[in-house]
Amino acid sequence: METIILFSPLVGALICGFGWKLIGEKAAQYTATGFLFLACFLSWIVFLTFNGETQQIQILRWIESGSLSTDWAIRLDRLTAIMLIVITSVSALVHLYSFGYMAHDENFDDAKESYRPRFFAYLSFFTFAMLMLVTADNLVQMFFGWEGVGLASYLLIGFYFRKPSANAAAIKAFVVNRVGDFGFALGIFAIFFMVDSIRFDDIFAAAPELAEAKISFLWTEWNAIELICVLLFIGAMGKSAQFILHTWLPDAMEGPTPVSALIHAATMVTAGVFLVCRMSPLMEFAPMATNFIIIMGAVTAFFAATVGLVQNDIKRVIAYSTCSQLGYMFVAAGVGVYSVAMFHLLTHAFFKAMLFLGAGSVIHGMHHEQDMRNYGGLRHKMPYTFWAMMIGTLAITGVGIPLLYIGFPVGFAGFVSKDAIIESAFAATDPAARFAFWSLVVAALFTSFYSWRLMFMTFYGEPRGDKHTHEHAHESPMTMVAPLGVLAIGAIFAGMVWYKPFFGSEEAVDKFFGVTKSEEHAQVLMIGAAYAATETADDTHGEAKDDHDAVAAVPGQGALYRAPDNHVLHDAHYVPVWVKLSPFFAMLIGFLTAYQFYIRQPDWPGKLAENQKHLYQFLLNKWYVDEIYDFLFVKPAMWLGRFLWKKGDGNVIDGGLNGLAMGVVPFFTRLAGRAQSGYIFTYAFWMVIGIAFLITWMTLSGGAE
Amino acid sequence: MQPGDLSVILPEIILSLFAMAGLMVGAYGGKDKTAPMLVWTTSALMVALAAWIGLQGAGRAVAFGGMFIDDGFARFAKVTVLLSAAAILLMSEGYMQRRGLLRFEYPLLIALAAVGMMMMVSAGDLIALYMGLELQSLALYVVASLRRDSVKSTEAGLKYFVLGALSSGLLLYGASLTYGFAGTTLFSGIIEAAQGELPLGLLFGLAFISAGLAFKVSAAPFHMWTPDVYEGAPTPITAFFATAPKMAAMGLFARVVHDAFGGIVGDWQQILAFLSVASMYLGAVAAIGQTNIKRLMAYSSIAHMGFALMGLAAGTAFGVQAMLVYMAIYITMNIGTFAFIMSMEKDGAPVVTIASLSQYSRRDPLKALAMLVLLFSLAGVPPLVGFFGKYYVLLAAVDAGLGWLAVAGVIASVIGAFYYLRIVYLMYFGAEDSELDAGASPILSGFLVASAAIMVLGVVNLFGVEAVAEAAAATLVN
Repeated sequence: METIILFSPLVGALICGFGWKLIGEKAAQYTATGFLFLACFLSWIVFLTFNGETQQIQILRWIESGSLSTDWAIRLDRLTAIMLIVITSVSALVHLYSFGYMAHDENFDDAKESYRPRFFAYLSFFTFAMLMLVTADNLVQMFFGWEGVGLASYLLIGFYFRKPSANAAAIKAFVVNRVGDFGFALGIFAIFFMVDSIRFDDIFAAAPELAEAKISFLWTEWNAIELICVLLFIGAMGKSAQFILHTWLPDAMEGPTPVSALIHAATMVTAGVFLVCRMSPLMEFAPMATNFIIIMGAVTAFFAATVGLVQNDIKRVIAYSTCSQLGYMFVAAGVGVYSVAMFHLLTHAFFKAMLFLGAGSVIHGMHHEQDMRNYGGLRHKMPYTFWAMMIGTLAITGVGIPLLYIGFPVGFAGFVSKDAIIESAFAATDPAARFAFWSLVVAALFTSFYSWRLMFMTFYGEPRGDKHTHEHAHESPMTMVAPLGVLAIGAIFAGMVWYKPFFGSEEAVDKFFGVTKSEEHAQVLMIGAAYAATETADDTHGEAKDDHDAVAAVPGQGALYRAPDNHVLHDAHYVPVWVKLSPFFAMLIGFLTAYQFYIRQPDWPGKLAENQKHLYQFLLNKWYVDEIYDFLFVKPAMWLGRFLWKKGDGNVIDGGLNGLAMGVVPFFTRLAGRAQSGYIFTYAFWMVIGIAFLITWMTLSGGAE
Repeated sequence: MQPGDLSVILPEIILSLFAMAGLMVGAYGGKDKTAPMLVWTTSALMVALAAWIGLQGAGRAVAFGGMFIDDGFARFAKVTVLLSAAAILLMSEGYMQRRGLLRFEYPLLIALAAVGMMMMVSAGDLIALYMGLELQSLALYVVASLRRDSVKSTEAGLKYFVLGALSSGLLLYGASLTYGFAGTTLFSGIIEAAQGELPLGLLFGLAFISAGLAFKVSAAPFHMWTPDVYEGAPTPITAFFATAPKMAAMGLFARVVHDAFGGIVGDWQQILAFLSVASMYLGAVAAIGQTNIKRLMAYSSIAHMGFALMGLAAGTAFGVQAMLVYMAIYITMNIGTFAFIMSMEKDGAPVVTIASLSQYSRRDPLKALAMLVLLFSLAGVPPLVGFFGKYYVLLAAVDAGLGWLAVAGVIASVIGAFYYLRIVYLMYFGAEDSELDAGASPILSGFLVASAAIMVLGVVNLFGVEAVAEAAAATLVN
């Protein structure tokens, strides 16, 4: 069944991409979508019937080279199962949605060009690569999927290949991701170098030894596991658009909106989070690396939220929002509550995909107008879209009833998972945790503000911009609205339904993720010096904890690993009340400010921008990160490239060769032609010259050996 | 003279007697009407002799007090000479017939030239060497001017004769110097004298003999006659010039430097390396400007002789082996290429301009393809057999410590690839339509396709030529 899930998108992509000429455009689209729904259906069966025990399904032998031996295998555990439903559900819905969205496109000539099968084939191919990534049993297979999604992302961002900006964005995404991928690749090399295997099982089993080992890198001695984790995280930063490597994500909005929803919100960008969670057995042994992850996550969450405040392009606002939410997930992973990171990943996938698809619906209805300043008062024109966006906004801003607990908290999906992250950040003992906590709370405020700003500017107030466009604004067709409805269910209920297994209690989480604990394993680990810490772990967390000190999980057993001294998940439930209330109030303040600015006093934003000109410009220009990169990297690289191209290649190589081929050789050819005069005396003369030369030479070299 | 001597030179005697008998038949029989019959019988005899010589097996026999040597090396060269001469004769019959050139003397002159060549490669003495050389040359002078009513053909023959006389003079001068300083004309005697520090006279002798032989293999700067003679002579004669005599001269060259001057490899190595480089570059560079395909093939053969000389310049047994392999491949390629050139006709008249090949692939795809294979092979493009020929000589040069020569050879072959590829380009992507007639006689097509097929199929094991050449080289260089 897992094999069918994995390969049906590939089959769909191949049939749709290569066979559409045979079966027709429409049939190709139906085929791809059909295969995706099949995969989706099977994924849900796997998820719901999965018992938590890790399974490995070998497909074929892949690489045999020296001590490197790799199977192509599916590793099915809870992490994979979660990702399976996220990917296939969103992908299936996006396929369906694309029927409506891609029905007409002004970038292509409908009569002459068949762009739809290409689009669907890319989408299906992306889904395959993403599944490849999450079902990987070893790092190389994962890297294959990792690069596969990168390729699909590149192809889809540049889908409108006639638009220079789309091509530039595609290249940017590819190049920036290369930086991260380089880190990832180095991480894989380091792991293979240290462990002599790239299989997850072997790596996880070797984690305690790695914590002791040293590795030399860049002329410095490093703790092996810290270095490996940092390198892997650099890979995750690239794919998940974390601060420093985030610049490609906003530009990636050049792609069609369904692509943004699928790749740049719900699935691919969360691959980094998935990687960190997958590597939890390593991360737990690398306190410095996780601290680094917390800092980067918190900075990203804060930074992206600030930039999101002032953007005017509807998709860019959501893109920065995505960036920010990914920061939340990394903080959760960094403080050691991987299940909560996955929880937010899951809920975020629902509501963010919905926001994007809703935005796509608005853009579709508004004839590809993306500037929010030209929207306004659209709630009557597109009621379904409006309500979908409303639910998405309620979810992302975290609307719920605080402190009410009826077996689970009551609130929208984002409320449950985001609060869990903020509480965990407070409860964590890492040095950077407190900084992360405050960053996230402030980011929650900003999130609320920009999300409501988006809602108010789009759906409330008076219509702005082109009158003609507004008159023709219309609700989207059923194929586009239906996916919104399905996602809305997830955005409302996902948090409440899955609260327990992701964040309920350590036991519930361990059971859900298939982590088994036993005295035996604890004994084995106790022997290792690395586990001296277990003895000294403080016992002040109530009786539920006491027996935990004696039993410990084995790294690699189950989907996640939590070090014996990691009790953040437990402690998060016992944070002060003001901490639990803080995100709620942050949300409220953000909402009220947005209401004040965009409903009651619509002239305030302009005035504020006037007053705080520098701050406004700073935010509008995204902290000038792109400009700095342009100056530091792009310009010098362009200069170097141009130098090598014009001077190196053009002048030296081409000039040299062409000069030789077109100047020197023909010169000698003419010379030889002239010597061949046809007169016999010339020929005799040359023979005499030849013999004279030989004689002279023989005389001078004089029989030398 | 001992009775056994005659049995050693029996093949040469048979061929000579046949030539004389043929002359009688022709003169008193039906004159030129007997020519086709003579062509076929000559070819058949040559093939039979080649088979006989080839199957004689190992062994070394010396006749006439060391003047005539019959060893593996000589046999290898003789088989190559006889087979290529027979092939050219067969190919030329139809061509000569249609142009009224098929005189009964033609096959007999070729037979006599072949006797001279067999003499050359078996020579063990300066006198025997000169006798073989002149027998070959005199026959060639005549066939070069076979088309008596054509100015170009006569001019070619005359030029060849005059310059050939000059080269013979150089050779004889060298021979007399050598005799003067060594006291003998026998190679086995010269090699004893020519050891260690040489008197200048002997060195001069070596240089002059080398110059005379270089003329025969048309190595630069003694090559000047080649393009004019190739162009002027009837195409089958050109084909003959490009094949058998080259093998014979190269074999003679190898025999002289190893049998007579084997003790002073360092000295003649310099001469040969110089001749090799000069030939390779001149052949490559000068061919680029040619518009006549026969002249182009002349420069091509000059360049190829440069490569063969590179193998010889190595001065080792492996070098000789590489040279023999190279020559065998070169001759096979040239037979195919000239079969193609002979079939280039427009309304029955021969055409030799390269431009006329434009878009030839549309006219006759099979022949164009065969020619493409041959041209690629001539240029030394892997994986065709021509590449291996070059590979062996380069390897021999590198093994002998002549790395610079190998590098120079590679660069020259890159330059040389240009003009071969230009023909391919014209045949397949030329701007104008070809006006050449399609089709050709089955014999020409057969040789063309067979030659191209060998270039492709030979990559498996070169048809075992390698091992035979190795054994042959071993008998020459000890």
